[in-house]
Amino acid sequence: MIPAEFDYLAPDTVADAVAALAADEDAKVLAGGQSLIPVLRLRLSYPTQLVDLRKVQELRGVRDDGDALVIGAMTRHSDVVADPLVQQHAALVAAATATVADPAVRHRGTFGGALAHADPAGDLAAVALALDAELVAEGPGGRRSIAAADFFQDYLQTALSPDELLVEVRIPKLEGTWSVHYEKFNRVAQAWAIVGVATAVRREGGSIAEARVGLTNMGSTPVRATAVEAALRGVPAEAGAIAEAAQHAAEGTTPPDDLGGKADYRQHLARVLTRRAVATAAGV
Amino acid sequence: MTEQMDAGLVAEQIAATPGALSEPADGQEMGRGRRRKEDPKLLTGQTNWTDNITLPGLLHMAVLRSPMAHAKVLSVDVSAALEVPGVIAAYSGADLADVMGATLPCAWPVTPDMVSPPHTPLAVDTVRYVGDGVAVVVARDRYTAADALEAIAVEYEQLPAVVDMEEALKEGSPLVHESAGTNRTFLFDFPGAGADYAETVAAAGDDAVVVKRRFVQQRLLPTPMEPRAVVVAPIAAADDYTVYSATQIPHILRVMLALTTGIPEHKIRVIAPDVGGGFGCKLNVYAEEVLCLVVAKKLGRPVKWTESRSEHYQATVHGRDQVQDIEIAARKDGTLLGLKVELLADMGAYLQLVTPGVPILGAFMFPAIYKMAAYHFTCTGVFTTKTPTDAYRGAGRPEATFAIERIMDELAHELGRDPMELRKQNWIRHEEFPYDMVAGLTYDSGNYEAATAKAEEMFDLDGLRREQAERRARKDPVQLGIGISTFTEMCGLAPSRVLGSLSYGAGGWEAAQIRMLPTGKVEVTSGATPHGQGHHTAWSQIVADALGVPFEDVEVTTGDTDSSPKGMDTYGSRSLVVGGVAIHKATGKVLEKAKRIAAHLLEANEADVEFDKGAFSVKGSPEASMTIQEVALATFAAHNLPDGMEPTLDSDYVYDPENFSYPHGTHLCAVEIDTETGFTTIRKYVCVDDIGKIVNPVIVEGQVHGGLAQGIAQALYEEAVYDDDGNLTTGTLVDYLVPAAPDLPHFETGRTETPATSNPLGVKGVGEAGTIASTPAVMNAVVDALRPFGVRDVRMPATPERVWRAIHGSDAERAAAGTIAYGGASTSTTAATQEQM
Amino acid sequence: MARVRMRVDGVVYEDEVSPRTLLTHHLRDGLGRVGTPIGCDTSNCGSCTVSMDGDSVKSCSVLAVQADGAEITTIQGLADGPEWHPVQKAFREHHGLQCGYCTPGMVMAAVDLLKRNPSPTEDEVRHGIEGNLCRCTGYQNIVKAVLSAASELRGEGAHPGAFSTPPAGVPA
Repeated sequence: MIPAEFDYLAPDTVADAVAALAADEDAKVLAGGQSLIPVLRLRLSYPTQLVDLRKVQELRGVRDDGDALVIGAMTRHSDVVADPLVQQHAALVAAATATVADPAVRHRGTFGGALAHADPAGDLAAVALALDAELVAEGPGGRRSIAAADFFQDYLQTALSPDELLVEVRIPKLEGTWSVHYEKFNRVAQAWAIVGVATAVRREGGSIAEARVGLTNMGSTPVRATAVEAALRGVPAEAGAIAEAAQHAAEGTTPPDDLGGKADYRQHLARVLTRRAVATAAGV
Repeated sequence: MTEQMDAGLVAEQIAATPGALSEPADGQEMGRGRRRKEDPKLLTGQTNWTDNITLPGLLHMAVLRSPMAHAKVLSVDVSAALEVPGVIAAYSGADLADVMGATLPCAWPVTPDMVSPPHTPLAVDTVRYVGDGVAVVVARDRYTAADALEAIAVEYEQLPAVVDMEEALKEGSPLVHESAGTNRTFLFDFPGAGADYAETVAAAGDDAVVVKRRFVQQRLLPTPMEPRAVVVAPIAAADDYTVYSATQIPHILRVMLALTTGIPEHKIRVIAPDVGGGFGCKLNVYAEEVLCLVVAKKLGRPVKWTESRSEHYQATVHGRDQVQDIEIAARKDGTLLGLKVELLADMGAYLQLVTPGVPILGAFMFPAIYKMAAYHFTCTGVFTTKTPTDAYRGAGRPEATFAIERIMDELAHELGRDPMELRKQNWIRHEEFPYDMVAGLTYDSGNYEAATAKAEEMFDLDGLRREQAERRARKDPVQLGIGISTFTEMCGLAPSRVLGSLSYGAGGWEAAQIRMLPTGKVEVTSGATPHGQGHHTAWSQIVADALGVPFEDVEVTTGDTDSSPKGMDTYGSRSLVVGGVAIHKATGKVLEKAKRIAAHLLEANEADVEFDKGAFSVKGSPEASMTIQEVALATFAAHNLPDGMEPTLDSDYVYDPENFSYPHGTHLCAVEIDTETGFTTIRKYVCVDDIGKIVNPVIVEGQVHGGLAQGIAQALYEEAVYDDDGNLTTGTLVDYLVPAAPDLPHFETGRTETPATSNPLGVKGVGEAGTIASTPAVMNAVVDALRPFGVRDVRMPATPERVWRAIHGSDAERAAAGTIAYGGASTSTTAATQEQM
Repeated sequence: MARVRMRVDGVVYEDEVSPRTLLTHHLRDGLGRVGTPIGCDTSNCGSCTVSMDGDSVKSCSVLAVQADGAEITTIQGLADGPEWHPVQKAFREHHGLQCGYCTPGMVMAAVDLLKRNPSPTEDEVRHGIEGNLCRCTGYQNIVKAVLSAASELRGEGAHPGAFSTPPAGVPA
């Protein structure tokens, strides 16, 4: 299959990219292209123009910004996984990113591209949500920061306006000693997650002091399992207590019914996988 | 190589060392793990795929396909497409009606009254599946052609989709082919060669135990990695056409293109260049092959069509899609009495080349390796508004093998017997071969005891049974299941007279030619057309042994109706057992003539000349000898040949097999099932296959591995799903789950060797064995793991959700997850009405 | 149209392409580098995998314009003259291919894996090639080949026990 015709622009700066988007409401941003190019090939989308960010150097890389780690939107998955800062301060990001697609796709696909695509079956949105990430957008009016909880609005829809660009993602460093796990459940290696669970757990002695739980593919947006987080606070780091807390995992979720599974099965999986993910992260 | 194997001698060998493997003798090619001659070009990117072919002035064709499963075509307007810059032509079905032929061929009318509606390469007034061609555009490049498709305007009047077979057969169902007056394609009734089933069961009275099951063979997408492609190069002035196609069957295609288009056969040359897998789906005559040909003829320019993957999933045949109602009867002591099978087979919207024949091939395979008095088989073919089905690896035999091997387990469970012991009680013992089966076939050889013993040893069956008991006892969330498949299959299609008796439209012979060149090198042509199997390597080994020439001195040519003009092509695990034997026979003719020439030149009596390791010598005079290469040169020079002898050292042989080939084996599978999620992991897979004598163990092992992967994929992963409107919802590789490397286990393979007695090489087919055997082994293991939960069936593929619902669901959910009622819940019917999970 | 310049298998090419031209079509139709085939339209199958600036990529999911200035190595440029790359040799020795259609991409994916992980476990090999589908081999011999090539590249000689049958004689 072959994409329909489009115009192409590869600006050098964020400002030029934003200007190009502002000038053409049917333009689309091309980041790594690993979701967009197949969509164009299947002719599921007909943008007039692609604004390719590959030359915008300021969008690449990871930097330490004191209490937060900042990942440039055009940082490739493979670079995120290998980055020492990410491994140190946002290990959950590295763990989930390592499960995205396959090595060749991770060489092209980008952190910002995956988040801006906002596929609830994607692995990274739940992580951004669980870690209280701030997504920084730049538009004609300047920059603004959007909390992950506000960023993902619906299936493939974000809070970005058509002339805004996701430029970087600020991930607050977790204070204290945390351990993390991303539990992905899919039918074959290449398949998208039927359900995924992103967890970070801080233990204090024999109990769980704090936990973060984000769910992949349990609704039209990623879901923060706040009831589980609340239930885990202060409980003993033991299988029984974790299992009990994980029973709340599906609360408030509206997962899809599709080829991957029916909603009730996904809710069941969310409970089982949350239990496993938290137990693994907590070293139980 | 010996001549026709003596059956008595073979039996003696078997009795002496059951299934023992032969090792190649020094200097012998047969049995040697040669690395393949095919590989260098494939590994360096010098392969000649059809889409690689470019020609001066080449045009690109694209096909506009119906987005609706069933609709009247009210109008097709291509005028806007013609205005797209770079578009050379655009045609609707009506535009091509006079040249594209009245129908694509179906070569297998399985009953005299089979309904076989016309199937035009482009739909003219009605579309009958999503993907049915409506129009074509021809442009100077593929991008322009893709754009121009969107400029064609088609007006449809939607008709109701017909998705489910049982609904399709009901009175008042919408008709796929209005003119046929029915959606029933045929009713094939085969009472077997034994006793009457009902009478046999009745006679057993209270001693009869009957188990009935319904099994669903889900629709599969064959998915060779190379999608199809066609290039037609015309020489307009001469009305000559070269057709390149990614096909398994260049020879059959040539005949069929001639018959379909009216272009004389001798004006068509068909070439199958390097072909990237087929698995049955390239065993066909496709609309695009005809369309490229007639468009190239019309335009007088070369035309290429290349399929994309998502197009492939609509436009290339699918596999399986049967509903099997099977009933097995046994005495209380486990002795089988008989088998009754009622099949529904989904044809899809049209009959492709062998669509109706696929389930009929299965008719002969249900009794498998078991002795029984009675067998009755019926099959109803059904039209639906879906992509046509046709051959997919195994074609009819995997479905049959699945059903018998699954129900043997269910019968064992019903009788409280160990499933392997029940099999042993009923299978043909090795000393009983040749054996006349209740389905009418005569199995020439086999040793199920030897293969099973070896498999059990490799598998550690006892140890795994112990672990299973422990896991059950402690209610481990991960349960272990063990599955058995003691399979056989009929392959090596086929004796022509048998095919004739089944109304198949062609014979089952294969052709070979040998040419010895003046320098002693050997050219071989074969009608068997490879698409990944390694024919060139294997044929070289056969010829090297027979003629005593180095392996490297043999060059094999295939897949071109000019250079290898006769052939029946590659399918049904026939290449070695028919094509390979043809080559062996052709070498015999070369040797016979070479011996006469050698005797003449050595001035000896022909009866005194012996041939060994490539040289002719005179008995008692070791100094009087000449090599076969010297004979070849002398023949070329032709200075001194026997009177009247032609100065060639060539031969030509067409071999028609006397019987099918019956490979068999024992496959054992252990699965672990995570009962909390329903996820199934293959813990161990052991297979011992008996494919008789082997030419190349490396190639054999590869064929087995690949077969296993596809059979396991049917059990656990793959399913083509249609929605109620007839849309294929698994239309790309995103949703159709082909396993990747992490999804498959490490296979432990073994062999026993019970030579076939029906061919002089003692060989059997291997291409489909792994696929046929593995699906029931895996599914028996899945059900075995779940028996403590009362589960008696899980529908394929055994997705985590189906397994989970089978364990934890309501009776209705458990019934839907399999095909058997629990409590008061009714079973669902066919795949299409199945609640999707 | 856009001007793109790239070095493909050691040769510099400069061409005008339409922005929508896929890298794989540019290689095949534009430059005649047809050794890299196309197997799908959703970036699943990996048949079209090439190396782009040292990283494996699926050339059907890259636009030619995105490869402007890039260094591309395809299966056709992998061998060092007549000397095959150890991965190519190992695929042949271990029968890691049948029809060969996935092979160019599979080999390029394996080369990329071994560059990053010279001593992979079997499981790491299986995951390292999970973006490449093969329909013929069941992957087992591919995995063997990659493990063997890894051993060879580490200077430890070829991996023993390629087959359950005795080794072959001299390859043709």
